[in-house]
Amino acid sequence: MSAAAQGTSKAAHSDVGPKKKKGPGALATAYLVIYNVVMTAGWLVIAVGLVRAYLARGSYHGLYYSIEKPLKFFQTGALLEILHCAVGIVPSSVVLTGFQVMSRVFLTWAVTHSIREVQSEDSVLLFVTAWTVTEIIRYSFYTFSLLNHLPYLIKWARYTFFIVLYPMGVSGELLTIYAALPYVQKTGLYSVTLPNKYNFSFDYYSFLILVMISYIPLFPQLYFHMIRQRKKVLGHTEDYSKVE
Amino acid sequence: MFSEYCNPHSKKLESKYGRGMTSHFAAPSCENAKVEVLDAKTKELLCFLDKVDPHSTIGDIKSLFYKSYPQWYPARQALRLESKGKSLRDDEILQNLPVGTTATMYFKDLGPQLGWTTVFFAEYIGALLTYLLFFFRVPYIYSHTYAFTSSPHPVVTLACVCHTFHYMKRLMETIFVHRFSHGTMPLRTIIKNCAYYWGFSAWLAYYINHPLYTPPSYGELQIKYALITFAMCEMGNLSIHMSLSNLNRFRVRRCPMPTKNPFTWLFFFVSCPNYTYEVGAWMSFTVMTQVLPVAIYTLFGFIQMTIWAKGKHRAYIREFKDYPSVRMAIIPLIL
Repeated sequence: MSAAAQGTSKAAHSDVGPKKKKGPGALATAYLVIYNVVMTAGWLVIAVGLVRAYLARGSYHGLYYSIEKPLKFFQTGALLEILHCAVGIVPSSVVLTGFQVMSRVFLTWAVTHSIREVQSEDSVLLFVTAWTVTEIIRYSFYTFSLLNHLPYLIKWARYTFFIVLYPMGVSGELLTIYAALPYVQKTGLYSVTLPNKYNFSFDYYSFLILVMISYIPLFPQLYFHMIRQRKKVLGHTEDYSKVE
Repeated sequence: MFSEYCNPHSKKLESKYGRGMTSHFAAPSCENAKVEVLDAKTKELLCFLDKVDPHSTIGDIKSLFYKSYPQWYPARQALRLESKGKSLRDDEILQNLPVGTTATMYFKDLGPQLGWTTVFFAEYIGALLTYLLFFFRVPYIYSHTYAFTSSPHPVVTLACVCHTFHYMKRLMETIFVHRFSHGTMPLRTIIKNCAYYWGFSAWLAYYINHPLYTPPSYGELQIKYALITFAMCEMGNLSIHMSLSNLNRFRVRRCPMPTKNPFTWLFFFVSCPNYTYEVGAWMSFTVMTQVLPVAIYTLFGFIQMTIWAKGKHRAYIREFKDYPSVRMAIIPLIL
């Protein structure tokens, strides 16, 4: 467990590192390598798309539209990772992975996609950029790990970039949700009121506020967990007494 | 006097250890065992027990340890043979353990513990009273025009009676029927469990007692039949609890079997009919009130009880030879 590397940004997966006890079989490894390569490529496409769109337009504004489709496709594709954990080919907690992937999918579909007015906000660019850089590093990290040829640079990047990317992503996400609030309240989006046959009600506006509040306890925990992991994984011999 | 040998902050301990210390609490015996208790995390010596009867149990060791550390009553002690190993059971006997003449054990504090009876009481009374707050429409829950009013729908009163009855029955069972195998539960668990029970009780009570509540689509018929199945499931659940209690009366594990009571005949088909009836009762309550949050609560309960039932089912199969193969865990013929 001492070498179990944890994730960057909001995805704290435990790794299929070279020190695994009982890793996936050959077929599963081949599949995972393909999966991780495809995801790395996908997020690279998004990165390139952002850069090209910026160069073409000359401004940061409205870049979301240029990468909307690949973003939705590849971020939603990450749901497969929950399956990987459930089936056991990746030694991560299903609950933890599920929680993290669902939060990303929630932001992609239930906030950004659903509320058009929010799509031109700069905060969207903030979290998309953070996610893109994080995911490119994370998926290439997994790819190299599975192939047992992990360049130190990738490992270092994975455990260092999050220091900036994680707060950046969280800020982008929170600002986007905050921007969405007035539109949700006005249109009653995804909300159900009483009276109705099933005696149920749901206020999406309040729900979004609760989601924002939940960042307060969750973000520091995940962030400091990553910092501890960084010390463990990148730490040098003088730190080894702290490892287990 | 004894405390100086077992004070965790005493540095004198380390130097005195070499000279050997004696405990005055061990039972007189010809062949003595020695037990040293170390802190599982820091490996610091917490206590050294000399002249321990090799026939003593872990429970006895815990009592001895408790004498020197009165803040750690036996229920919150976990003693293990390895610092990160499994905790030893209270009924294990010292001489049967794979230790030398001096047994080294590691101690972990499990935190404040509460008896099962206390836990169940807190959970059920909280759920019961929370519901009543909504039934009586205590101010600040609903709009102030509705404070302390009552619903015009009879089914709302009926639902309150059923819900209250359900938890009263559970409280009575806790006092008179259940025999608890483990003594205690950690404090964190009780807080989590109470949050679950009280929270859900509030959530479903909110909608049932809401001024804008809509009665069931099929009216009286739906309510009447749901009430009948509710009552039968409650009776069934009670029958199973009583039957299990009688079964374990002499603390010998016997295989649960159907009795003369027709409600217990469900034992032909499932290992845990008490859970089956419980799910049935909540499904009836869902149909009676036609409230989606109740259905959601029923689903959560079903999932949790299925996990428990499967565990018990496997345990029964392991424990009893010729366990009836037609029996499933919770749903006849299916699950």
